[in-house]
Amino acid sequence: MQRFIARRFLQSLLAIWVMSLIVFTLARVTGNPLDVMLPLEAGPEEYERVSKYWGLDQPLYIQYAIFLSKAVRGDFGSSWKWHGHSAMGLVRQRLPATLQLAGFALFISIALALPIGVLAAVKKGTAWDSVAKIIALLGQSLPGFWLGIVLMWIFAVHLGWFPTSGRGGIQYMILPAITLGWFQVAAIMRLVRSSMLEVLDSEFVKLTRIKGVPEWKVVWKHCLRNASIAPLTFFAIIAGVLMTGSVVTESVFSWPGTGLLVVDAVRARDFQVVQAVVIVFAGIFILTNLLVDILYAYLDPRIRYQ
Amino acid sequence: MATVTARALPWYAPPRVARALRQVRRYPVVALSLLMFLLVIPAVLAPLVSPYDPLKGSLAKRLKPPVWQQGGTIEHPLGTDKLGRDILSRMIYGARVSLMVSLVAIFVGGSVGTGLGLMSGYFGGKTDALIMRLVDISLSLPTILLALVLVAAVGPSFGTVITVLVVLLWARYARLVRGETLSIKERDFIARARVAGASHSRIMTRYIFPNVVNSLIVLATLQVGYVILLESALSFLGAGLPRPTPAWGLMIADGRELIVTAWWVSLFPGLAIMLTVLSLNLLGDWLRDHLDPKLRHV
Repeated sequence: MQRFIARRFLQSLLAIWVMSLIVFTLARVTGNPLDVMLPLEAGPEEYERVSKYWGLDQPLYIQYAIFLSKAVRGDFGSSWKWHGHSAMGLVRQRLPATLQLAGFALFISIALALPIGVLAAVKKGTAWDSVAKIIALLGQSLPGFWLGIVLMWIFAVHLGWFPTSGRGGIQYMILPAITLGWFQVAAIMRLVRSSMLEVLDSEFVKLTRIKGVPEWKVVWKHCLRNASIAPLTFFAIIAGVLMTGSVVTESVFSWPGTGLLVVDAVRARDFQVVQAVVIVFAGIFILTNLLVDILYAYLDPRIRYQ
Repeated sequence: MATVTARALPWYAPPRVARALRQVRRYPVVALSLLMFLLVIPAVLAPLVSPYDPLKGSLAKRLKPPVWQQGGTIEHPLGTDKLGRDILSRMIYGARVSLMVSLVAIFVGGSVGTGLGLMSGYFGGKTDALIMRLVDISLSLPTILLALVLVAAVGPSFGTVITVLVVLLWARYARLVRGETLSIKERDFIARARVAGASHSRIMTRYIFPNVVNSLIVLATLQVGYVILLESALSFLGAGLPRPTPAWGLMIADGRELIVTAWWVSLFPGLAIMLTVLSLNLLGDWLRDHLDPKLRHV
């Protein structure tokens, strides 16, 4: 178990390191990095100042070492678009909004997907199952950003039930959270359905039924508990999808999180901020993967010996 | 991990495509016809069927609603955007853009992945370890972020989009082909070919590759929809194709601020994406069930 954790941990570090290497080379291979880092209207004295700050007069490997040692300490330089802010400071300031939205989206998608998935498995082949199938199919096929716009059009513009954009009370969160969670609903539901079907078919379920345990208890307690291991692995993927999905959703609903920050930064060619966001997101994404892997290996020992 | 099973197969498996087509009576008619109608025909015949130039508009005719709304005209059945360009024409050319991006990206990504997967599975050892590490890393990189960095560095273009998509796509092919190669290379006909003096590259391309084609077709079909969704999301964020390309994602982005006054600008391209991807998914599922049921979990 410890060897497994150690190996996966090293792998995760490697992935984050590769990400930093990609970010570093992209800024340099594609021409003078200062052209990317500096705004178009930057003067020669700014070029010189930043050149010295990042050690661009040094050979490449030393530059990378400097970049890495600064990045490890969370220093990605200062933003060019938002004057007087450090890139990392901006990320830290916007991150809570993103996490709040992602958390709420996760809650909504589980609250919807779990009952539908269980029902679809228990009532296999009936209308419930077909409804579940249609939801799953739509979940895979709808572009999230478009769903957001359509929801906004129907529920905010026409019906006026929710505000169109911005951050505030819970009413501001509902439409973005549905947009963000929609894809997950389909995915979690399918997983719950298939693993429920497997468990419903097993011997111990027959035994509990013979014992006279009421059917609802068989399904919702005995089966669901055993069927929830497979969907658990999916949480790593969900974390990733919610992260990248937040970029799209936040820019549709002008939700002031990191996703909106990075899109604004890309438009303004604020490479410092893009760098910071990407490394932080990649870190969160890769670490969640690691955590779930460990959790899963703990729950299901067969995984460790693969 | 793919399990290494010895299947009783002749040294050269006859193409299962033909056999499956003969056996199966129920074709996915709805999916296929939707796909032809929405994607393939408009894409191929764009200059013939499109009523207007997708890039030219007249400001006098800006934001005309679709024909069934008050103020709409039959000249612009789906209305016009804020520059007076015909939505229908832009959607028709958009089909061409979507199809081209996804075909090129999947072809390049699939070729790279297949080549590396063949080598990884066939040679094993250090080659395998190295390539599989690359696959792991590539699968753990966050998609859209990678695209955003690339675009922030070099700016949006057709080449950037293809690069991003290829970087994202190749790993799945490599993993799939490697798994299949591992089991195929243990079979007798490979040993016989080697005894007969076939070179490594000949064994890989002539003996192993034909046996993985079915799986590749299924994976590629399942991915077209995914790629179309991804490309439109990238374009929507300004990290995909540059304006004024008539891409569906860009059209939706154009309509975002107009949603209160001109819903048709973003609604129709979105419907096109949804129905296209939906029918591609249906077709992919059908192909998988009939060509390669092993791929259920890909």
